[in-house]
Amino acid sequence: MIGRVLLLSVALCALASGSRAQTANTCLDCHGALDPPLQVTEAQFAQDIHAQKGLTCASCHGGDPTKADMGAMSKAAGFRGKIERSQIPALCGRCHSDATLMKQYNPGLRTDQFSQYETSVHGKLLAKGDSKVAVCIDCHGVHDLRPPSDPRSKVYPVNVAATCARCHADAAYMKPYGIPTNQFAEYQTSVHHAAMTVRGDLSAPTCTTCHGNHGAAPPGVDSVKNVCANCHVFQAQMYEKSPHKEAFQSAGLPGCVVCHSNHGIAHPTDAKLGTGQQGVCVQCHTTGDDGDRGRANILAGLTKLDESIKSADRLLNVAETSGMEVSEARLQQDQARDSLTKARVTIHTIEPQLVDQDIQAGLKITAKDLQAGKDALSERGYRRKGLGIAVIFILITLMGLFLYIRQIEGRREAEVHEL
Amino acid sequence: MQLVKHIHDWIDERFGWAKLTEPLRHKTVPIHKLSYWYFLGGITLFLFGIQLCTGILLLLYYRPSANEAFESVQYIMTRVQFGWLIRSIHSWAANLMIFTAFMHMFSVLFLRAYRKPRELTWVSGMILLFLVLGFGFSGYLLPWNTLAFFATKVGTQITGQVPVVGHTMMVLLRGGEEVTGATLTRFFGIHVAILPGLTAFLILVHLALVQRFGMSLPPGVEANLSVNPSAVREMKFLPNFLLREVMAWYIALGVLGALAALSPWGLGTKADPFGSAPAGIRPEWYFMFMFQTLKFIPSKILHIDGELLGILAFGLAGLIWILLPFLEGPREKRGGTLIRGAGVFALCYIVAMTIYGYFAK
Repeated sequence: MIGRVLLLSVALCALASGSRAQTANTCLDCHGALDPPLQVTEAQFAQDIHAQKGLTCASCHGGDPTKADMGAMSKAAGFRGKIERSQIPALCGRCHSDATLMKQYNPGLRTDQFSQYETSVHGKLLAKGDSKVAVCIDCHGVHDLRPPSDPRSKVYPVNVAATCARCHADAAYMKPYGIPTNQFAEYQTSVHHAAMTVRGDLSAPTCTTCHGNHGAAPPGVDSVKNVCANCHVFQAQMYEKSPHKEAFQSAGLPGCVVCHSNHGIAHPTDAKLGTGQQGVCVQCHTTGDDGDRGRANILAGLTKLDESIKSADRLLNVAETSGMEVSEARLQQDQARDSLTKARVTIHTIEPQLVDQDIQAGLKITAKDLQAGKDALSERGYRRKGLGIAVIFILITLMGLFLYIRQIEGRREAEVHEL
Repeated sequence: MQLVKHIHDWIDERFGWAKLTEPLRHKTVPIHKLSYWYFLGGITLFLFGIQLCTGILLLLYYRPSANEAFESVQYIMTRVQFGWLIRSIHSWAANLMIFTAFMHMFSVLFLRAYRKPRELTWVSGMILLFLVLGFGFSGYLLPWNTLAFFATKVGTQITGQVPVVGHTMMVLLRGGEEVTGATLTRFFGIHVAILPGLTAFLILVHLALVQRFGMSLPPGVEANLSVNPSAVREMKFLPNFLLREVMAWYIALGVLGALAALSPWGLGTKADPFGSAPAGIRPEWYFMFMFQTLKFIPSKILHIDGELLGILAFGLAGLIWILLPFLEGPREKRGGTLIRGAGVFALCYIVAMTIYGYFAK
């Protein structure tokens, strides 16, 4: 009996080892147990988009993953071992540049990443032998590489800036390149970062929106406007026709960046037109010149419209909290606000007359709304006076009724007494 | 005065006015420490009259279609001379009428005025109370604003939960599967034709029954009088009680005017059937206790839908409430105590749930 059990156990073990030899990726059996950096666990690799599409370690590293011993890593089996950093873009490009192959996995995926990379600052420096620059795995990760649409991916829109900052905010790492390392800190204060992280707008600009991703490079001075124009269409069209365009070009100034800065773009306020610390016009224009006079006129107009909108809002608020119906004026106020926004956009033409047209349109609306608010408050006063008069009449009538009741009941009691 | 007498004589000669009003001239109202509760029915009637008058005036401008309803009410509020006053009084009086109708019902309950022979007066009054609530529900949608739209959606959806006939009732109310312009037109018809017709008829029945049986005496007062019949104190209905009632109406009118002038009824924003429901949507205060209760009930109780059980419970409670006078039974004292206890519980429950509904997040 014991002999039979032993025989059965041996047979089961043989079956188990046989089935083990059939698994497609035996690399993880050992590498899952190793210490970093050689460690790659099954759980980690299962997250990788390549693993999910059926690729194995051998797809990149070569070798024979069906062998359960060191034969898996033999030269004869084509084992390549650790991929040199300088070889990584080309290795990834082997598949990712093959349109026919990529169509089988994701027909919508571009196949120009490698050629773009070669035009990037990273790619050019790598070609020169600088292996410190970013290669595919630095941004996308390795062994647990997720698609960019996965919020855990390092290249998911919200994570892009932090991924770039891993190198670009590291002063010691970037020292040999002599470029600033405050871009990420500045970007975190920007209106673009707020749109991305606070408003959750994934289409808001991050590093790659302006610099490109695989072909990452700083936009040239002349192309800054084109980059911003991708989103800020009207402003770019106006700037194109403005005297600033030629002036900035001849001075070698980078268009939009002159007034708005680059990484730390704050929400623009009218103070930019002022003479205070935030003022940008006065950085080039001197007091009393044409530009300065135009600046002062535009600022005065904008301030007037802004104040006018605020005072109409205040008045309409008071009327509304008193229960007055002012919804029509409220709707008009939105149009006045639109005029103010339009005027602020028209500033990019640097034509005070054009800006003034929008300001006057807004002021016309706010004048009507202010009047609507005043009318509502005067109507409120009229109603309250009416109420006061009505209450007096009601009280007089009540008093009259009371006296009449007393009179008829007094008379009746007198009659009863007489009887 | 001579002219008035001539007119009176002219009418009397042709229609027998004096004979018609004879019962009213003989009608008396008992005087005791709880007599002031008698005014509540009259005040509710007065507010119904206000609703009729202001409602007819609103009809001159209101347009019952999804495209025009909101704008027509806005027009009434902003462009029509005194339109704001008429609309605000209509809305405030509706709420006050529901309040006084509830007060009247509870006063009748606690003074035990529903006892034999006044059972049918109670039944007609209870049906009138439900009709008044129907006025509130149907009228709430008519301005076609966001709050009203979604409250009606929830309200009619709850109706749809009633077993067997629920879905048919919901479709009948909505004029389709969803709340649309068809619902608005339907609610308008219900609000200005069906409910006023039914209410006018039932008010006549209710008043005729009140006239037939006279004013009820609370049991305590009745017991005192049976011991000491000479202590009976009465006043004539015409003119003594009516003049006092008119004073109460004047006060109600003053309150209505003050509410309309100091806090005109708001309009909100136009309903957008494709928009999402605003946060914290809730019904008018008079439905709040039911709404809050349904929110408290677990989704399943013994494998039965919790909301369905809640609706059935409210339906059963309403039916029992209508039939209260018949449930008192022969042992009047014990039954009366039980009914008074139920009344106290219902009043406390309604007040507590309504307050909780407004403060709960």
